[in-house]
Amino acid sequence: MKIENPEELKKIANKIRIHIIDQVYEAQSGHPGGSLSCADIMTVLYFNQMNIHEKEPEAPLRDRFVLSKGHCSPALYGTLVERGFLEEEQLKTFRKIDGNLQGHPDKNKVPGVDMTTGSLGQGLSVANGMALNSKLEHDGYRVYCLLGDGEIEEGQVWEAAMTAHKYKLDNLCAIIDYNHLQIDGDIETVKALDNLEGKWKSFGFHVLTVDGHDIQSLIDAFTTAKLTKEKPTVIIAKTVKGKGVSFMENKAGWHGKAPNKEEYEKAIKELKGGMEKC
Amino acid sequence: MLEKKIATRQSYGEALASLGEKRKDIVVLDADLSSATKTNLFAEKFPERFFDIGIAEQDMLGTAAGFATCGKIPFASTFAVFAAGRAYDQIRNSICYPNLNVKICATHYGVNIGEDGATHQMLEDIGMMRALPNMTVLCPSDDTQTKWMIEEICNRKGPAYVRLARMETPVIYDTNQTFQIGKAVQIGEGADATIIATGVTVAEAIKAKEQLAKEGILVRVLDMYSLKPVDKEAIIRCAKETKRIITVEDHQIAGGLGSIVCEVLAEEYPCKVERMGINDCFGKSGKPEELMHAFGIDAEAIYQKIKE
Repeated sequence: MKIENPEELKKIANKIRIHIIDQVYEAQSGHPGGSLSCADIMTVLYFNQMNIHEKEPEAPLRDRFVLSKGHCSPALYGTLVERGFLEEEQLKTFRKIDGNLQGHPDKNKVPGVDMTTGSLGQGLSVANGMALNSKLEHDGYRVYCLLGDGEIEEGQVWEAAMTAHKYKLDNLCAIIDYNHLQIDGDIETVKALDNLEGKWKSFGFHVLTVDGHDIQSLIDAFTTAKLTKEKPTVIIAKTVKGKGVSFMENKAGWHGKAPNKEEYEKAIKELKGGMEKC
Repeated sequence: MLEKKIATRQSYGEALASLGEKRKDIVVLDADLSSATKTNLFAEKFPERFFDIGIAEQDMLGTAAGFATCGKIPFASTFAVFAAGRAYDQIRNSICYPNLNVKICATHYGVNIGEDGATHQMLEDIGMMRALPNMTVLCPSDDTQTKWMIEEICNRKGPAYVRLARMETPVIYDTNQTFQIGKAVQIGEGADATIIATGVTVAEAIKAKEQLAKEGILVRVLDMYSLKPVDKEAIIRCAKETKRIITVEDHQIAGGLGSIVCEVLAEEYPCKVERMGINDCFGKSGKPEELMHAFGIDAEAIYQKIKE
């Protein structure tokens, strides 16, 4: 499945956003803000870029995806529903005691989840291991790793960045969901990330900065990454936390909070309105 | 027990280099310590399957996890304090929880590493690693056992933690000896006491046993190389058959072998257990033999304990 039309992809992203709100509302817990901010990135990856097979989730030569910011599982589960890996009905089990959709993704419980994540800072190392294996076996598959901007305050991320550079992992593409907010507030206040591009450049990455909600820009960036040889790519995707739901946008408070009934109805109405605009 | 001495880290390196021939699914990772962990023996023969991740243990274990998701058997090595200690969360969340087939072969445990002192003497790793679901925890006592163990864990899916010594220790077993994960080896039939030991303290226990035999005190030694799963049946049987149960380990007595034996016996056959090991303190610099003596885990200390 490869969808080229940005308008069609926008519609899918909107459906994923509705799935996100539905899950978090139903569970009355979860992380809507960062899930909404990465919905467009997820859409482009799963519907335009990655070589994956919903009928064979474990296909050896498939591209891999590591959601290093594992708390944004609602975005991943919503994407897997739209892409045919999961039934929509299963979303109702998100964070529930008898369900498989854990608060943070579990690779052994959900088809299409390539790595169990949740403890921040660990995904890029795992993605490196997958990318090294692809190189070792000449398998040719690519590996994508989505990180939060707050997440990269973890030192292990930079250890992994050095490893990706050392082994010239041009089959690896990291994406930073740069929404500028973390639990305790603004990223620059909590622990300044200023000159993010310069940081990744100095670690040997090919750096692309894009509007993380502009579907065509994301497609172009991923395509450029594929053509880049001898070095890993990082896409710094400038995003809005809570994107698509007006009262959640740019509010750190919506990092890990569920909407009440009134808020839920308002959010869904806005997103469905957005659908009509698409 | 032979005169020949070899450190289990050396046996590990040799085993890996040999296994690499037939097991093409093995990859080896190290964190800038390959000449000390002996993974350099594999690296020299199979450079394309060896990955030096640098001084970045958390990254190394995460990378190993990534390889494991693709069907490889990654062996990841560094000093025990940096594997089990520094990278605990990576082992917990990226290896044990997803139940990935990563073999963590950690060298330089205990006070037996000697001169490097307390910062490098890992004394809590058995406790930390055995608390993790899915993890197998092993500590071989000699060359023969280590070589068997490294091949055996390749055939057993799931995460494993193997504790390997820096100090050279005698070869205890000939190549006909059989081992099994979850089983102990009993050395001797003496009924005056059972000395339960693991890793470097097994040879010390055997030396003490031989000395005691000259004085008519007959003890047996249980080599508890498989700490999780542990041979409960052997522990209970020895508690029933012998007058005393003594554990001895180059590890904190809290959380390690002594605790394991106490847990088994408290539930199954309550009796007194005498624990020898590092008692709620850090190690220090010195020669390995001096430290084993100072911390009361050498043959002399075991001998004196039994004579009490």
